[in-house]
Amino acid sequence: MGTVTAHGLRKSFGEVRALDGVTLEVPDGAFFVVLGPSGAGKTTTLRAIAGLERLDAGSVHLDGRDATGDTPAARDLAMVFQSYALYPRKTVYENIASPLRARSTPADEIGAGVERVAGLLHIERLLQRRPAQLSGGEMQRVALARALVRRPRAFLMDEPLTNLDLKLRVEMRTELTRIHRTLGGTFLYVTNDQVEALSMADQIAVLREGAVQQVGTPTEVYERPANQWVAGFVGSPRISLLACHAEGDRLVGAEGWTLPRPRWTTAEDGRPLVLGLRAEDLSVEQRGDAALPGEIYGLEPLGDRTLVDVKVGAEMLKVKARPTVTGKPGERLSVSVDLDRAHVFDADTGLALSEAGR
Amino acid sequence: MAISVDEAVPAPPVPDDARRARRRGGTGRAVVEVALLTVVAVAMLFPVLWMLETSIKEGQDIYAVPAKLFGFDVTLDHYKDVFVAPGGGRSDLSVALLNSVVVAGSSTVLATLLGVPAGWAYSRFTLKGEKDQLFFILSTRFMPPVVVVIPIFLMYRSLGLIDTQLGLILIYTAFNVPFTIWMMKGFVDEVPSEYEDAAMLDGYTRLQAFWRFTLPLLVPGIAATAVFALIFSWNEFVYAIFLTSSQEVRTAPPAIAGLIGGSTVDWGLVAASAVVFALPVLVFAYMVRKHLVAGVTLGAVRR
Repeated sequence: MGTVTAHGLRKSFGEVRALDGVTLEVPDGAFFVVLGPSGAGKTTTLRAIAGLERLDAGSVHLDGRDATGDTPAARDLAMVFQSYALYPRKTVYENIASPLRARSTPADEIGAGVERVAGLLHIERLLQRRPAQLSGGEMQRVALARALVRRPRAFLMDEPLTNLDLKLRVEMRTELTRIHRTLGGTFLYVTNDQVEALSMADQIAVLREGAVQQVGTPTEVYERPANQWVAGFVGSPRISLLACHAEGDRLVGAEGWTLPRPRWTTAEDGRPLVLGLRAEDLSVEQRGDAALPGEIYGLEPLGDRTLVDVKVGAEMLKVKARPTVTGKPGERLSVSVDLDRAHVFDADTGLALSEAGR
Repeated sequence: MAISVDEAVPAPPVPDDARRARRRGGTGRAVVEVALLTVVAVAMLFPVLWMLETSIKEGQDIYAVPAKLFGFDVTLDHYKDVFVAPGGGRSDLSVALLNSVVVAGSSTVLATLLGVPAGWAYSRFTLKGEKDQLFFILSTRFMPPVVVVIPIFLMYRSLGLIDTQLGLILIYTAFNVPFTIWMMKGFVDEVPSEYEDAAMLDGYTRLQAFWRFTLPLLVPGIAATAVFALIFSWNEFVYAIFLTSSQEVRTAPPAIAGLIGGSTVDWGLVAASAVVFALPVLVFAYMVRKHLVAGVTLGAVRR
């Protein structure tokens, strides 16, 4: 089937540098997600791999063969566009059949192929309609069907769920995972939604300003962010970041607090650091010695949990708490910290401190 | 959201109550409106009406004083004279009209064949100095024909293109291509390039993608552009009168103009030939009016 390797992709649009040396290795059969905020170069990366964008530098290998100069047709890939790009004058059937027709597939195989994929995506009853008569979710399924009707080297998906409402998006997430499991095949999926990335991916590449920040499994990216930016981008609620520095066996905060220094922090004393604490690794209940003093700033009840905003000096902590938690703004409390799960970054480079021995 | 060119045409406005009420707002105002519009309509339509009347009046009724607006004898002799020479056979005017059809038709077809792919290319690809190129292309339309007709006359003389239909076809094409490129670039801009991207990933080549997926969506735009090009070529007078002289080559505008002058003017013939000359464009524009409206309003709707 298909491996996709992009090496050192560079692309500028006028003055804007969209890709600044992007390197990706997508293993055969993987559900590989490229995650990044808008403007990070995700779509450009995908279009470059598809052959729709001419590169300034870099190479694309498909199944180990250099395909950098190949036309999109020759690359044998399928793509789902964010706007779906369904041909407006053609019926759903013809839209789905298009990739087969383009490759002069015998008529009976076209019929069988369209039927099979229409069944897979539950769109049999839409086949004679035109795109204008479809809802957003239906268009989405048709666009997917057009990609899935063939067995290309890899499926490229450009934020396919972004234009759907929340309920449909959740539904389609499950659906896509199911399809990937049923059909197999290599999926290269681009999104700015970390929930999509964390829930669907085998591997995630985090992209920022045209450069890959980290590649890893969802757990690795979440549990061991390579730098402060990745830690801030992945995870909801956002990770709380506190300025501090090491002093002997203690971490001393810019706001005056002290915590025991995690064993694995290698930074020399006095060097400016940033302590990253996720909401679920903090607690308003008393647990262990490590604690930060603060005062309640606000409560955010979310049904299954309540987020407590705690002010530590001028800095803010988001703490995940039981839904039954109570408290008034201004009330003083101490927040327990699970230091084994804390992240420490170098304030200057933003890189995570080496976590040897962890 | 993707929309096709057809859908881009706004539905005819539904007269809502609010607007009707505002219209009715003052009966006095409505009366003034109607009165003014009537004056404008009469002023605009009177020459046309006069032309139609003159073309079917007997000779002495044309010169009658006071003019006979009604109750004249109707004759179609003038129309016969447009097509049939006094001694029998084809008249010079009918030859001129045929020449006009050939010259205007060919130059429109040529301009469309050249301009549509060029407009597509300017829209879809980033080219070096694209804006400068487009400005240069447009700049060829800045000058009125009268200004360049002398140099063109001299060039045509050395090329042997004076008094040939090919010469007229070429110069009209040259005038229509820039217009076609600009119009078509606008229309292609409106069609999402993702259709072509998707088609290329389906396995089509770039040209196939254009031909099969984008071109069908451009038909209204092409029709609108071609009608404008056709009208320009059909009506063109300055180049025609400078660059052609013989009856066999001449197009209708200079031929009709040639009827006036000399010792006597057959106004009936002038009017009849003017009607015959105006008719094809009117009929053609009427036939493609749906596309014309689509073409003119297309840019107003954003995706």
